[in-house]
Amino acid sequence: MQSSTGRPRGHVGGPESSAESGKGRDVVPTHAGVSGDTPFEDPWYDALASGWGELDGTGAPAAVVPPARRQESRGGGAADVYLEVQRSAAFQEVRGRYRRFVVPGVAVFFSWYVAYVVTATTAPGFMARPVVGAVNVAMLAGLGQFLTTFLFTWAYARHARLRRDRAALDLRWDTQELTRGLRGGGS
Amino acid sequence: MTGNHQVLALVLFSAFVAVTLGITTWVSRHRQGSAEEFYAGGRLFSPMENGFAIAGDYMSAASFLGISGLIALFGYDGLLYSVGFLVAWLVVLFLVAELVRNCGRFTLADVVAARMRERPVRIAAGTSSVTVSVLYLVAQMVGAGSLVALLLGGTSEAAQSWTVIAVGALMVIYVSLGGMRATTWIQIVKAVLLMGGAITLTVLVLVRFHGDFDQLLRTAAERSGHGDAFLAPGLRYGGDWTSRFDFMSLGLALVLGTAGLPHILSRFYTVPTARAARRSVVWSIGLIGGFYLMTIVLGFGAAAIVGPEAVRGSNAAGNTAVPLLALDLGGGAGSTGGTVLFAIVAAIAFATILAVVAGITLASSASVAHDLYASLRRPRAKPRSEVAVARTAAVGIGVVAIALGLLARDLNVAFLVGLAFAVAASANLPVLLYSLFWGGFTTRGAVWSVYGGLIPSVVLVLLSPVVSGSPESLFPGVDFQYFPLQNPGLVSIPLGFLAGWLGTVTSAEKPDEAKHAETEVRSLTGAGAV
Repeated sequence: MQSSTGRPRGHVGGPESSAESGKGRDVVPTHAGVSGDTPFEDPWYDALASGWGELDGTGAPAAVVPPARRQESRGGGAADVYLEVQRSAAFQEVRGRYRRFVVPGVAVFFSWYVAYVVTATTAPGFMARPVVGAVNVAMLAGLGQFLTTFLFTWAYARHARLRRDRAALDLRWDTQELTRGLRGGGS
Repeated sequence: MTGNHQVLALVLFSAFVAVTLGITTWVSRHRQGSAEEFYAGGRLFSPMENGFAIAGDYMSAASFLGISGLIALFGYDGLLYSVGFLVAWLVVLFLVAELVRNCGRFTLADVVAARMRERPVRIAAGTSSVTVSVLYLVAQMVGAGSLVALLLGGTSEAAQSWTVIAVGALMVIYVSLGGMRATTWIQIVKAVLLMGGAITLTVLVLVRFHGDFDQLLRTAAERSGHGDAFLAPGLRYGGDWTSRFDFMSLGLALVLGTAGLPHILSRFYTVPTARAARRSVVWSIGLIGGFYLMTIVLGFGAAAIVGPEAVRGSNAAGNTAVPLLALDLGGGAGSTGGTVLFAIVAAIAFATILAVVAGITLASSASVAHDLYASLRRPRAKPRSEVAVARTAAVGIGVVAIALGLLARDLNVAFLVGLAFAVAASANLPVLLYSLFWGGFTTRGAVWSVYGGLIPSVVLVLLSPVVSGSPESLFPGVDFQYFPLQNPGLVSIPLGFLAGWLGTVTSAEKPDEAKHAETEVRSLTGAGAV
């Protein structure tokens, strides 16, 4: 599909890719902030609840750069655009939200898994302790690993959907506008 | 096994092969021959399709037959082993899937090379990717040979050799003609068949025990002859401290290795956005988790209904536990129901192997053509189309895999899957995480990190009891065993991370701030993603 446009390889962003991302089957919330309804049934995905879960009330992040600086940046290269975006408050916010969820999340599930494996190999006597009927500690811990994996998956998907997706899409749009402006000015 | 099983199983095998070849022809009818089409299937699969394909790519015959067989023979330790395969997906979901989709185009090396000097990084990452793929591929090929021979009753050497050759030839046809599009559809069909088969058998087992899981566990424990010890860890991975550390090493390799498997990473490029990549992982976690939950029922069901003695009598590793269970659930040997169920299970196992080897072959041909060939070819040589190189590479990899599969036919290669995960976790994961998250990471750090994980893991295996020094090793006659563990992960994974850090702090090169900004912005927002 995309290949048929004959777009030069290795370009960073540009009009084609921003247009194509809209044409993709995976309908993402548009710049205007329309909630993202999926065009097909997907039990793992429920539509954006209005403002639900956005605890800090920062639904729409600030624009990457004020318009005046946008003009200036046309003089620089694409590298400057990315540095500028990286330093913007909006990007720092998205990155912060991602890291504040992922770092503790990884720490918790990884230590829980390591603790499980180490306990199972070093303390089989404790794991064999019966709880209910034939079910023992080991069985509960093993099924608990399955359960926590599903819960972490659900929590991550929900966090990303409610707290990151829209802001990241706005940033993508802004960044691509900047690089497009850059190329438009240069040619 | 009577002749009826074999005839019906062969008919179903042939039907699957015919359907998949049909898919291959159908999808390659408007073939454009672009790299996007060949490696990424046009990038327009839906999250659900990709989720099924990921599950189909990941769940090998070792999962379907191996883990439930392990549970049937050793009880809880089989479950312990399967947990690592599932929890690994959280690493993929949290740290890798979305970011890799945003930053790369076709391979792992794309993500790393974007920030670094391209040539050394591509050669390093391409080499380690091909190593992981070949290790995994040989394990699957040997497994295919012994499995089909086992299920069809023909244990003759010729039958095994021809199976290996046929599987290799089929995978080369799928991959070189159909590319990612055909591979994806084969994996989707296989995932549906596998889930359908597993659900049917699970329901039949639960019906047999009137839905009483407790009763199932108790019967399995009684029948196993181990009593309550069957439901607790220690029968397989217990014993002396060497084997306990060995399992910790394997567990670490499993949970960290999945995120570095090239054939899994390449699947994220088949969807249009990072959000779609995330949702495909959510789908695949649902499918894979549900599947491993069912293998618990199937494994304990096989212990309770068939009995470990009968399972061990048919195959010492327990690989025939599920087929024997199917035979019994359908009404026993000689009955129509038993014959049909047995043949279906055998056909699913075969489909599983084909789908997995096709995925690995495609990923390694991408590494060869996109990373190694593009970096190593003589600059003045006539440039060839990358897709043509990838097709040739697929044929070459197929030939190598067939040859190694035939050579290793009589060897015990069960350790190869664990080894492939260990190499992926030691060589691929550190470099991937450092390039995505560490601003100060440099080219030397990247190269050191890959080789610093790859070389120790391979060398440690060569010095381990799987190669020499014990009756079960590849070369039982000689003894150059200096490393006690079968799986190198516990040592080589930290070494990979350490080497990446060491290479970075000792390098004179200043990290490129702008390139890091680009990687960070692109990875989290998707700006400029293809």
